[in-house]
Amino acid sequence: MRRALLTVSVVLAPIIARAAEPPAVPAPPATDTTAIIMFAGFVLLTLGITVWAARRTRTASDFYAAGGSITGFQNGVAISGDFMSAASFLGISAMVYAAGFDGLLYSIGFLVGWPIIMFLMAERLRNLGKYSMADVTAYRLQAVPVRSLSAVSSLVVVAFYLIAQMVGAGQLIQLLFGLPYGTAVLIVGALMILYVTFGGMIATTWVQIIKAVLLLLGATYIAFAALAHFGFSLDAMFDAAVQASPKKAAILSPGLQFKNPVSIVSLGIALMFGTAGLPHILMRFFTVSDAKEARKSVFWATSLIGYFYILTFIIGFAAISMVGQDAAYRITPGNSNMVAIFLADAVGGSVLKGFVSAVAFATILAVVSGLTLAGATAVSHDIYASVIMRGRTAEGREVVVSRIATIALGVLAIGLGLAFQKQNVAYMVGLAFAVAASANFPVLILNMYWRGFNTGGAVLGGWLGLVSAVALTVLSPGIWVKVAGFHAAIFPYDNPALFSMPLGFLGCWLGSILTRHSASARVEAARFEGLYVRSQTGIGAEGASAH
Amino acid sequence: MDDHACARLRATPAFQELERTRGRLGWTLTALILVIYFGFVLLVAFAPSLMSTRVIGTVTLGFPLGLGVILSAILLTGVYVLRANSRFDSLTRQIVAGPR
Repeated sequence: MRRALLTVSVVLAPIIARAAEPPAVPAPPATDTTAIIMFAGFVLLTLGITVWAARRTRTASDFYAAGGSITGFQNGVAISGDFMSAASFLGISAMVYAAGFDGLLYSIGFLVGWPIIMFLMAERLRNLGKYSMADVTAYRLQAVPVRSLSAVSSLVVVAFYLIAQMVGAGQLIQLLFGLPYGTAVLIVGALMILYVTFGGMIATTWVQIIKAVLLLLGATYIAFAALAHFGFSLDAMFDAAVQASPKKAAILSPGLQFKNPVSIVSLGIALMFGTAGLPHILMRFFTVSDAKEARKSVFWATSLIGYFYILTFIIGFAAISMVGQDAAYRITPGNSNMVAIFLADAVGGSVLKGFVSAVAFATILAVVSGLTLAGATAVSHDIYASVIMRGRTAEGREVVVSRIATIALGVLAIGLGLAFQKQNVAYMVGLAFAVAASANFPVLILNMYWRGFNTGGAVLGGWLGLVSAVALTVLSPGIWVKVAGFHAAIFPYDNPALFSMPLGFLGCWLGSILTRHSASARVEAARFEGLYVRSQTGIGAEGASAH
Repeated sequence: MDDHACARLRATPAFQELERTRGRLGWTLTALILVIYFGFVLLVAFAPSLMSTRVIGTVTLGFPLGLGVILSAILLTGVYVLRANSRFDSLTRQIVAGPR
């Protein structure tokens, strides 16, 4: 039990300082009836939406991209929902609680990828893509090698992300609801399979929107109630936090969590550019009607995510003095991810606590649904339809494969969630971002901007980025020392992106230069013209209104 | 669209203005957010004592700067959308309508 609780803090907040051994951990709470009733309400509502979405899901376009029917605002809310995971709500507020200033670094890093997506990618993605991010590269490069690469890196990103979410879900729900770990993992897996298999992207998007609205409302209430407690004076809140924190004024300075400057910069790179290479995020750009709506999506997403991270900061910081010294909560390293829930209890009593717990459960469901859909799309649209069937398959058949892949991925996610229950999975979200930044981002951006980019470059750069990100993570302290138990890490930094992303770009350049005289590379360079005109104007774009 | 049509479109003044203005705005704003973000990250990594300077009562410099990074990310994406809605869309419509 103690070990499981200890791991929660690790899963949800990879960087929370882990004290050597927690003192007496309070017993898991008795079954929280308020929370369960509210969660049941959410499940009924979302299953209703799934039934409605299933009726509207007829074609492949409906299944993968909601038929292009999502508006920019709706998509922006859904994207922000993907980022407001339980890990960022509970994990970041807990990080701020434990490490003060350093807790801000994660939230800022998660946000600043969005301007980059806006300025360089969003409109072009919409104009070039169809269902999966590989559509954008396969537009001018050879389908089989680039789709194989993209599918594998997507599945790697999705798998690591899913494991972190499932293990986090099981342990969180154990704490919040008093349900056994295995039951929680099964509930999450089963509901996610239902949403995605029957409701496709339409259901996945609306589940995400509803959850995002509920979570924003809950977090806004907690943060404002906490600010009111300090008479809306930041100075008073900071003063009280310094008085109450065992670390005193150190919480106002960098360094409690991140000690190594190179690791800080490397993490910054992974968070910023990883966002621009996450398959389940990029897929959302194909659900809107045109480039203009894609832009609006990014603006709403950036605003809502930024606002949300300001709220989580206030929640974490206010908690230091408001619940940190309260004997009723007895915060230990084992339950420190609960500070947002404890603060909800402190400012709103058991009803607000139940509401926030139910929303935290809902948020895991919504995030794993989006991940699973992205993984299933990589399997059906990229591997099955293009690599195995070489494009000779009916759309309906592809969707059937996608639904089977969803069920398989859901079962796999449940299995992984159970298998990794006792493992340290802290590195996994960081690894997902590092792979996205090192394997996906260089290929996507060079494909859109560099005429001389070709299949040779994509293959060399993409695989080099993927392999180096994974290998350096294995050799880093997070796995080599903490998981494998070796004495010293071979690669000394916690995040590989500072090295693996440049390696990815280097591979893209080298591969392109080495193969530039081949016949296929010449064809691909010539095809850049068509890609460029379409990316700028949207002429010929998928699902675009008739021109 | 065939190569010939592509080349013809690219030669139109509207297309050239679109690629020039959008390119300039996109890369300028990209450079700005990179400088703002990595400026902040480098300060945190290499000048932690500066970030610990108290500026308003107990509040240290790092917090308003961090808030500034968040707000500038929102502001810059807003600038892009405003500019794109007013100028890029009308240029795109001109290009799509074709030279008349």
